[in-house]
Amino acid sequence: MQLPPFQAVYDAHCDRVWRFVVSVVGRQDADDVFQETWITALRAYPDLRDIGAITSWLLTIAQRKGIDEHRARRQRPTLTADPPQTCPTTPPYDDDDGDDALWQLVRDLPPKQRAALAHRFVGDLAYHDIAAAMGTTPEAARRNVHEAITKLRSTWAP
Amino acid sequence: MGTMTDIEQALAAGAARDAGGPPPQLLEAITTAAARDGLLDVRYAVIDAPLGPLVVAATDAGVVRVSFDSPEVAAEELARRVSPRVMAAPALLDDVRRELDAYFAGRRTTFDIPLDWRLVTGPFARRVLTRTAAIPYGTTSTYAAVARDAGNPQASRATGNALGANPICVIVPCHRVLRSGGGLGGYAGGVPAKRMLLDLESA
Repeated sequence: MQLPPFQAVYDAHCDRVWRFVVSVVGRQDADDVFQETWITALRAYPDLRDIGAITSWLLTIAQRKGIDEHRARRQRPTLTADPPQTCPTTPPYDDDDGDDALWQLVRDLPPKQRAALAHRFVGDLAYHDIAAAMGTTPEAARRNVHEAITKLRSTWAP
Repeated sequence: MGTMTDIEQALAAGAARDAGGPPPQLLEAITTAAARDGLLDVRYAVIDAPLGPLVVAATDAGVVRVSFDSPEVAAEELARRVSPRVMAAPALLDDVRRELDAYFAGRRTTFDIPLDWRLVTGPFARRVLTRTAAIPYGTTSTYAAVARDAGNPQASRATGNALGANPICVIVPCHRVLRSGGGLGGYAGGVPAKRMLLDLESA
């Protein structure tokens, strides 16, 4: 199969991958996760079998990088003790980056629920594509989204 | 998405509010890191020239392509003929841009940048383009003379084909090869571009 130039893949998908990454890890860590996502994608690109599945392929990579980042952050005690969300006036957060308040709550959810929500509402993927991206079943993907929304409903005050 | 609850609507709205793209400098950070890790098989840049925009592409071995095509068409060709790991990375082509800028400004008569000949198909075409690269600035040769220097005086048609398929236009100066009767012959960038390059060199 003849693959398009990687630049064309980047041009067509960078906005969606960016939004996904911001929604999963927040604006502050988005630059690193976004870069790592594209480097990993470039490394694996010549072995890609199905160019038609490129969107969920990229979001799968982004999701893994996002979860890696989440784990790394939990292993940094100073940051867990004082999560950046609690001090929004301190750089590198600035108001222009304005993380959505509800999506900030999303980032406190368990990784699978967070990723499922991002795939659904940022990636705009159908449940069978979310399942493919997360390596699970459509039913489990639907359950992740449902449980996440239930949990958000208990903490979110619009 | 069918009927959405209030919270689903707020999630979708929040996702749209955070919309927009990545900061532009991230692409350069990605290509720089990819090149450092040996993952960027081909990088290209669009260079402004008096003849119009040129797409210049390089591998680790050197300049592999100078094209008059659009960036999209050039990138597609590079993906097909070299590697799909191809990205726009202007900062990684500063060396060749400097040499081309100086050439077009009349301040440079030869190129020092390494070349990657992999898009030249066949030993005869390679000999033709090697001979062509040796034609001095400000002078011209003919298809017949290049065919003879390449070792096959009868092969003027094959010589014309090799020059017409020159992947590294301008730097490998196929514009210096004319018809034996003095006619300009063809050019990938169009005959006016060939005329412009010859005028530039005679000034």
